[in-house]
Amino acid sequence: MDLTLSPEEAAFREELRAWIEANSPGREPEGDEAAFEFRKRWQRELDAAGWAGISWPKEYGGRGASLIEQAIFNEEIVRSKAPPMANVLALAMGGPTVIAHGDEDQKERYLPPILSAEEIWCQGFSEPDSGSDLASLKTRAEKTDGGWSVTGQKVWTTFAHHAKWCMLVARTDRDVPKHKGLTYFLMDMEQDAVQVRPLVQITGESEFNELFIEDAYIPDENVVGGVGNGWMVAITTLMHERATLAFGLQVQVQIALLQLRELVIERGLENDPIVRQRIGQLTIEAEVLRLNAYRGLTQIMKTGVPGPEGSLGKWQWSEVNQSLTEAAMEIRGAEAPLLESDWAYRFLRARANSIEGGTTEILKNIVAERVLGLPRMGAK
Amino acid sequence: MNFDLNDDQRSIKATAAEFLAARFKPDHVRELAEAGSYDEGVWKEMCELGWPGIFIPEEHGGQGLGQVELVVLMEELGRVLAPSPFFSNAAAGLVIQTAGSEEQRARWLPGIASGELRGTVGEVSGDRAPLVADADSAELIVLLDGDSATVVEGPLGERVETLDSTRRFSAVEARAGEQLAGDPEPGRDRIAGALAAELVGVAQQTLDMAVDYAKQRKQFDTPIGAYQGVSHRCAQMLLEVEGARAAAYYAAWAADAEPETLALAASMAKAYASDAGWRVTASSLQVHGGIGFTWEHDLHFFLKRAKVDGHLFGTAREHRDRVAALSGLGLLTTTR
Repeated sequence: MDLTLSPEEAAFREELRAWIEANSPGREPEGDEAAFEFRKRWQRELDAAGWAGISWPKEYGGRGASLIEQAIFNEEIVRSKAPPMANVLALAMGGPTVIAHGDEDQKERYLPPILSAEEIWCQGFSEPDSGSDLASLKTRAEKTDGGWSVTGQKVWTTFAHHAKWCMLVARTDRDVPKHKGLTYFLMDMEQDAVQVRPLVQITGESEFNELFIEDAYIPDENVVGGVGNGWMVAITTLMHERATLAFGLQVQVQIALLQLRELVIERGLENDPIVRQRIGQLTIEAEVLRLNAYRGLTQIMKTGVPGPEGSLGKWQWSEVNQSLTEAAMEIRGAEAPLLESDWAYRFLRARANSIEGGTTEILKNIVAERVLGLPRMGAK
Repeated sequence: MNFDLNDDQRSIKATAAEFLAARFKPDHVRELAEAGSYDEGVWKEMCELGWPGIFIPEEHGGQGLGQVELVVLMEELGRVLAPSPFFSNAAAGLVIQTAGSEEQRARWLPGIASGELRGTVGEVSGDRAPLVADADSAELIVLLDGDSATVVEGPLGERVETLDSTRRFSAVEARAGEQLAGDPEPGRDRIAGALAAELVGVAQQTLDMAVDYAKQRKQFDTPIGAYQGVSHRCAQMLLEVEGARAAAYYAAWAADAEPETLALAASMAKAYASDAGWRVTASSLQVHGGIGFTWEHDLHFFLKRAKVDGHLFGTAREHRDRVAALSGLGLLTTTR
C-alpha cells in the first residue's frame, strides 16, 4: 500500500494547480446563456493549454494522461472551484465513444470541435417509458435512401438546447431481442424535425430537456460502431470515465463538508453532542468515499476493469451528499427554508442524486447480481 | 499511488487464511467457545510462525514488518473467529513499542514477540478496567488511564462473562505499576485500528454466509436471493464491509507511513467498522431467518464478537466525536 503520489504525479499536480490559479476565470455569471458562454470560453482556454481532452489519446488532440493524472485533474478542478467545461458529455462519453468505435472519417470530423467547444453534444438515451430499463427504448430509425428516418421521444437530455449533436440510441430492428436491435447514431440537432422542450425540475431550473423527434434525418455515415451494435457502443465507454469522475465527486463532498463545519461553528453548535455525532459520521463517510475512489482506481490500473468499489461509489456518494444537505438544513433551523441561502437549493438538488446516472435501486441490483453473484431478480 | 496490499502482504494474507481455515473449523471454534477456552496448540504454532512479533522490530525479536501486516492477520483471525490470545498480546506490544522507553522495549518486546511473555491491555474507567482480554493468563498487563500507561504483573482480575464467548475477559482493579515513558495514544490508535480490521474479517465472513444461503434457500420456488428485499440487503452489507476495509487499511497505512494522520484515520476506521460489524452480522442473521437465531447455527458467535469488538477501545460514538474534534470542531467542552 502506498497512498502518496509519485514525484512525477506530484509535479503534474503542481503544474496543474499553478495553471488553474493563473487562468481560473472566477465566478460564473447568472443566467443560463451567459453561464454557458462562460463555460465555453473556459473550455477553450483549457483546450489551448492541452487540458480539455485529459483522458484522450494524444493523436486525437488529447493529453494521453494516466488514470491517476485524470483523477488528479478532476480533483483539482473541483477543488479550485473552477466552472465545469461546457462540453462535458462529449468530452467524457461522446468523444471516447467515437475514438473507440468510430471510423477515421468520423474521428477527423467530430473530435476537434468537441475539444474546442465549437460543437456541443447532448445524450439521447432515456425515454419516458425506458429509464432504468434502457434497452427497452422505442425511438425507431427506419432505413431510407442513404440514411435513416428517426421518430420518437427522449427525456433527461442535458444541454439539448445548446447542442449541435445528439448521441442517439434508436431501435433499428424490432424482430431481435431488445439489446440487439439498437444502433448508436449522431443526430444533427439543427433540424425542424427535432423539438427541444425544457423540463422544469423541483428546484425551478431546467438542467434537462425533452426531445420530440418526428421523421428526423440521419445520414448513414453518422452510424457509430455499426448497425445493431448500439447497446455495446453505448455502455462500453462509460466505465473508465466513471472511476476518475468519482474523484471530482468526492472533492465536492469534502468542500461541502468544510462549509458545513463552518456553519456549525457560526451557529455556535460545535458543542452540541448530536451535531458533533452527525458531523463526525459525515466526515467518516466522506473519507470512505475518497478511499474507495483510490481503491477503485488501483483496481482498474491492475486489472483493467473496475472492482466492486466502482459500483458502490455512486450509490454511496448520493447517500453522503443527501445526508450532508439534510444535516445543513437541520443546523440552519428556522432559517433553513429561506431561499437566500444556497443550502435550501442544495437540499432539493440532492434529491436527484440517487436517481440520475443509475438509481440506487438499480445499482443495488448490479452489486447483488454481478459482484455478489446472487440470482437475477425473479429467477427460479 | 497504490491502494492495495503488495505481493508480500497478499501472500501473508493467503497463507494466514489457509492456516486458520484448517485449524479453526466452525465445529472446533464452537467447542472452544462453549468451553470458554483457547487452543494452546494453535497458539504455539502461531508463535513458531512469528505472528505475535509480526510488527515488532527485528532487534527486539520480531519480524520487523508493520501495522499493515498486523492488520492483515487480524482480518483473517476475525474471519474464522479464532479463539486466541493473539489480539490481547499484540495490543500490549503495540503500546509498549510506541510508548515504552528504549530500555522498557528491550525488556518486554522480545517476550511478546515470541509469545513467551504474554501481554494484554486494559482501559481503566474509574477504579478498574472492566473488560480486559486474557488478563487471567497474561504475564504483563498494560493499564491505560487517560494519558498514562502503567505496566503491572499478571495474571490478575476476575473472569467476567461477556456476549462473546470466543474471547476471555476479566475485570482488573486499577493499581500502581511501572509507568511507560511515552504517550500511549498512538498505541491505543493502533489497537483500535487492529480491531477495525478484525471486524472487517468478521463482517466479511457473515456476508459470505448470507450470500451462500440466499443462493440456496428457496421459498415460493425461488431462491430468496432473487428477491430484492434480500438482495438489496446483501448489497448494503457489501457496501459496509468494503467501506470498513478501506478505512481499516488506510488507518494501518497511516500508522506506518503518515503518523500525523493516524489519530483521525484510526478513529474513522474504528467508528465505521464498529457500526458495520454488528450491522452486517445482524443483517446476515436476518437473511438466514429463523435458523440464524438458533444456538445451533454459527452466526450468533460472529454477531457477538462484532458487538463486543465494537465496544473495545472506544465505541463508535466516542470515535465519531473524536473525528468531529480532530476535523475542525475542537474538543467537546461540557461546561457551558
